[in-house]
Amino acid sequence: MEDEVKLGTEDYSLFYGDFQALRDVSVDILANHITAIIGPSGCGKSTFIRTFNRMNDLISGVSVEGKVLLGERDIFQMDAVELRHRVGMVFQSPNPFPKSVFDNVAYGPVAHGVRDRAELAELVERSLRDAALWDEVKDDLHRSALSLSGGQQQRLCIARALAVEPEVILMDEPASALDPIATLRIEDLIETLKEDYTIVIVTHNMQQAARASDYTAFFMMDQEDRAGYLAEYGPTKSLFTNPQQKVTEDYITGRFG
Amino acid sequence: MSSDGSLSSVVPFERSGERDVDDGGLEPGAKASIARRHLIQKIAFGFLWMAGFTAVAVLLAVILYVLLRGGRVIDLEFLITPPQGGLSDVGGISTTIISTVYLVFWVIAIAAPLGVMAAIFLVEYAEEMRGGMGIVPLLVQVIRFAVELLAGVPSIIFGLFGYALFVSAQAMGWGFSLLSAAMTGACLVLPVIIRASEEAIRAVPESYRRGSLALGATKWQTVWKVVLPAAAPGIVTGIVLSVGRVVSETAVFFVTLGGTVRAPDNLFDLTSPGRSMALHVYYLAMETRAFDKAMGTGAILIIIIVLINLIINITSRRLTAKLKGR
Repeated sequence: MEDEVKLGTEDYSLFYGDFQALRDVSVDILANHITAIIGPSGCGKSTFIRTFNRMNDLISGVSVEGKVLLGERDIFQMDAVELRHRVGMVFQSPNPFPKSVFDNVAYGPVAHGVRDRAELAELVERSLRDAALWDEVKDDLHRSALSLSGGQQQRLCIARALAVEPEVILMDEPASALDPIATLRIEDLIETLKEDYTIVIVTHNMQQAARASDYTAFFMMDQEDRAGYLAEYGPTKSLFTNPQQKVTEDYITGRFG
Repeated sequence: MSSDGSLSSVVPFERSGERDVDDGGLEPGAKASIARRHLIQKIAFGFLWMAGFTAVAVLLAVILYVLLRGGRVIDLEFLITPPQGGLSDVGGISTTIISTVYLVFWVIAIAAPLGVMAAIFLVEYAEEMRGGMGIVPLLVQVIRFAVELLAGVPSIIFGLFGYALFVSAQAMGWGFSLLSAAMTGACLVLPVIIRASEEAIRAVPESYRRGSLALGATKWQTVWKVVLPAAAPGIVTGIVLSVGRVVSETAVFFVTLGGTVRAPDNLFDLTSPGRSMALHVYYLAMETRAFDKAMGTGAILIIIIVLINLIINITSRRLTAKLKGR
């Protein structure tokens, strides 16, 4: 149980038309751990994380090679709706719907067929509690989600993702649009979430990766054709204290990027 | 026309205190240049104010004239008795109000769902296919072109088309009727609704769609539960414009609704002809001596349009407030 592989890629490559954005990425992401993905701008880390819930499908001209697995199953053989039900995502800037707090959180469950009001109410409360937002919004769940602060909106988006009861949560620089205090709250939250979820988080903030993750994958881009590749992957502590690759060391010591 | 003096008194920029500007360090030549540029700006602003003023003045003049002249004949009697015809047109306008309301209802009932669905198709589904090859993208191009084209067709052409297709015994044979007029009116406003809805749907942020899809909602759920509510105000605007169009058209309904002063018995009396208010104004003005009654009808028409705008605006604001939460 401890080291169950939740997500895996084998020689995974992605192309935007003729441009190769990712080359031969092979990685195993462990269940109930936080895996951080770091790397310089343009190394394909956001593209990589969007692979796991197939958000890249929405971009025209994208083609892929290799395998991506959720548990044992090839995600490209799965129905995208089912996949996204099991693999949730939180985006870079908070994107609550222009609806009430309650309706935002209930949105996913309702889409998946939950109709019972009591069940929904319970699900909404639990998700908001898990996202550490409940105390701030419980007095008026019917206020507009757009009236919340940026940090609250992002926690609402996390609650919204939790309400669908996924197995994996992908976070694409979830704190980049937030102030330092809101950022810390999100990091604390992520730490508590890993008990129940597998978390993959893209960040450009190395302190954040070092602080908040168990494993770190460092992506780099090829100097010649700018294709992203996985330069180093391992437990966060050893990657930051004892990097195996010269390029990793250069990056984490701030010599470029 | 207003003189220069009265103009500059309207210009608030006068007050912004340009003469207090500290220009002590400048050479006389530069000073003169600045003064000239300020003068040019003042003249330009003057013209802008005049243009704005003229637009409002024309609008007010028309509305006031119609309301004041028409107001003389308007009383409860005028509203609730049907027109009797004849040279001096004894009676009121009750049946024309009823015909107009029925007509608006049916035109919108037909055109709004169709137009909104077409707009959803064009933005949410057709756009995905644009990159592809084959017959579907071509079809999409054709549809888009057709909508553009339809929007520019003079309304009487729609009238002729409606007459030929719906009224004429050689085709559908519905005669002058509420049904013929509603179908023709729907064709007329369809491009208006499609374009307004298309714009509104396109303006919905992509992040809403991504957020919804990432939660495992289907494309249709995303469109129905997130995109449409967010686009509702823009769609409603298109519908309001359409209502205005139906209320104000004459020629189109002259050749499809007919001109009888009797109104259809009820909303579902689709085979009966009628006479819309705008058409009644035309009849009164051209074929009777009851010019004041034409003005009165016009005044009621204006009031109705304003009311419809208000009602739809308020409901749409309520609706979006409810959707957005407080």
